[in-house]
Amino acid sequence: MAKTKKEISWDLSPAPESTGHVTIDKRYDLFIDGKFVSPTTKKYFKTVNPATEEVISEIALAGKKDVDKAVRAARKAYDSTWSKISAAERGKYIYRIARLLQERAREFAVIESLDGGKPIRESRDVDVPLAAAHFFYHAGWSDKLDYAFANTSPTSMGVVGQIIPWNFPLLMAAWKIAPALACGNTVVLKPAETTSLTALKLAELIRDAGVPDGVVNIITGAGETGKELVEHPDVNKIAFTGSTAVGKMIRRSLAGTPKKMTLELGGKAANIVFEDAAIDQAVEGIVNGIYFNQGHVCCAGSRLFVEESVADEVVKKLKHRMNHLIVGDPMDKNTDVGAINSKGQLQTIEKYLKAGEKDGFEMYQSQVAVPKKGYWCKPTLFTNVSQSSIISKEEIFGPVLAMQTFRTIDEVIDKANNTPYGLSAGVWTDKGSKIFNLTSRLQAGVVWANTFNKFDPTSPFGGYKESGFGREGGIHGLSAYLNLQG
Amino acid sequence: MAKSTFNLAAIRRKAIDQVGVEERCARFQTRSIKTDAKKQGLKMALNMIDLTTLEGKDTEGKVRQLCHKAAHLHQGFPDLPNVAAVCVYPTFVKLAKSLVADKGIKVASVATAFPSGQSFSKYKIEETKEAVSEGADEIDMVISRGRFHQGDYAYVFDEISAVKEACGKARLKVILETGELGNLDAVYFASQMAIAAGADFIKTSTGKIKPAATMPVTLVMLEAIRDHYHATGKMIGMKPAGGISNAKLALHYLIMVKEILGEEWLSNEWFRFGASSLANDLLKQLVKQETGIYQSANYFALD
Repeated sequence: MAKTKKEISWDLSPAPESTGHVTIDKRYDLFIDGKFVSPTTKKYFKTVNPATEEVISEIALAGKKDVDKAVRAARKAYDSTWSKISAAERGKYIYRIARLLQERAREFAVIESLDGGKPIRESRDVDVPLAAAHFFYHAGWSDKLDYAFANTSPTSMGVVGQIIPWNFPLLMAAWKIAPALACGNTVVLKPAETTSLTALKLAELIRDAGVPDGVVNIITGAGETGKELVEHPDVNKIAFTGSTAVGKMIRRSLAGTPKKMTLELGGKAANIVFEDAAIDQAVEGIVNGIYFNQGHVCCAGSRLFVEESVADEVVKKLKHRMNHLIVGDPMDKNTDVGAINSKGQLQTIEKYLKAGEKDGFEMYQSQVAVPKKGYWCKPTLFTNVSQSSIISKEEIFGPVLAMQTFRTIDEVIDKANNTPYGLSAGVWTDKGSKIFNLTSRLQAGVVWANTFNKFDPTSPFGGYKESGFGREGGIHGLSAYLNLQG
Repeated sequence: MAKSTFNLAAIRRKAIDQVGVEERCARFQTRSIKTDAKKQGLKMALNMIDLTTLEGKDTEGKVRQLCHKAAHLHQGFPDLPNVAAVCVYPTFVKLAKSLVADKGIKVASVATAFPSGQSFSKYKIEETKEAVSEGADEIDMVISRGRFHQGDYAYVFDEISAVKEACGKARLKVILETGELGNLDAVYFASQMAIAAGADFIKTSTGKIKPAATMPVTLVMLEAIRDHYHATGKMIGMKPAGGISNAKLALHYLIMVKEILGEEWLSNEWFRFGASSLANDLLKQLVKQETGIYQSANYFALD
């Protein structure tokens, strides 16, 4: 039969998520001791919608005095209420936060996408439900801590200072706050300066849940505010998620103090595809591994290793798939890849794109149009990259994939481990024995087999080497918020 | 039959990961199809239907009614497209042909001891020839699943190619009956085999076995079609049949076709729905798009 190609086009019409049900105040203050209070600095900074460059709201800038106030409030709450009430009672409050979050899921999803640029599909289906799941999971542990660690009597640490990044603002707040509260600690949390809104909304929700004043305090600001929190003498523990550079600074600053710490830092994950893998599903996993959340994911599968015999097929299918990713308005329900979180981050990513091109690697970008206004980066693939290049060494934190080919298992394991990072890795093969061989030899905190970027509150998450230490989630995550004396 | 030309070595058996397939399918179902895209999609889907009656109790009267419906989907909307084809048993081909040929609607006939396929190849070939000579534009054959499970792939392959030969100018749809194949690896393998043996279309199911068409099974078959297209540049059609009875699901199937194969597959030359009750739901949604109001089921003819 003759090949007949008809000209048919079927484009999806806009399907915008409504924002009418959401109220965002013009200005947000600091949440200290159960109340919103204006900062002693009298300064506010703007938060911008990265998809439109419009200012959404103004956020209070916390200074040294404000940090001190917040830590004092947390200490007072720890001494007077939170360490005194029964563990079951603590659990009751955390369950209440979880339920309220589920009830207000749509509101949180919309604000997360407006403020951070991530597609509403992801904030609706991933960020918010997972955040609620973390509160539910940890609420259940509150009164069972004695059974989590055999032959120990776990006790709370006291006041915990927590600093979170801008890539999963609400989810990271949940990862931090839920286990801290369940383990009987009080919290001072600082969200990232470009994405404070959902943390402040969470503060409102925590207040509405009737959590005693001062148990959770949320202070906003940039690096300087974080530094004040880290250096505050009355903080018992610092939990940080963010860049390796800042992680190193924190570690230096805490050296010689009795403060405990957990760090969840950068990554440059190897995603390894073998010849015998289910190729079409592997391609989907590659896409989810690197283009999920615009690649703003510390465990993103940013280094792709493909067995050379199937490299052509994988590249062809990957490019095909990239061209079906819908890039644009984060509020459209069909959008797969949203806006880059900030202008600064876009500049960083563009710097790496130039570096990759300068090194002479073949660059392919999704053939899609992106809006004129806002911060955008098309999904990008570099092929035939070498291990020695900047783009396969440094964390880009954007939708940029660096692909290399490999020939033997030993070779790919060596190359996968040949990085200062060790947060996550992915293995794609139809052969179970190969999976177990690799998972035991890859130096990564999480190794996914025939899937990628799967998260669950019951499963510990964390890194090796310069990707940090300590675990979040599961029983391992609890131990990071407890003193475990025999 | 001539000596087998089946070459197992030429077909690379490929791993399919069911969990990954299901996740991908769930993703298609989050696509939100609104306003103009919805209207266009509904009309497209309507135009892709093989309106089907395959019952032991089928009569000339029943087939007449079906054929009239195929050309008169809704009195209130005369500019609606027709369905692609009517699909009947071989004994009704002549009648159906006389009723729909001038309406631009094709007549598809099942053949080859439908639905079980448990008969002798020579009768299956005879049946196919008979259906074509009665006027069938398309033949929907079933593969011999028993032989497939016995590992007798050459038999299955040769039978398909013999039926293809018997089809002459009629287009051949090869029904894999995926509900009996057991797993997605087998679905992919059977798809490759059917395509290599000369299928113009591959089709999921007879509609007599549950599960019939599902999104995961259809996705794997679409991937087989795409792999063949990448390797040879030749387009093969796809027909999920049975179990797709509402418009929303049909639209998500079309999204899947668009994202896996591309928009050039979005016509009834390359994609069909085997369905009997889908048409009315598509019509109901179309009326809703036009008028803003859902009409009761009583406004849509049951034939």
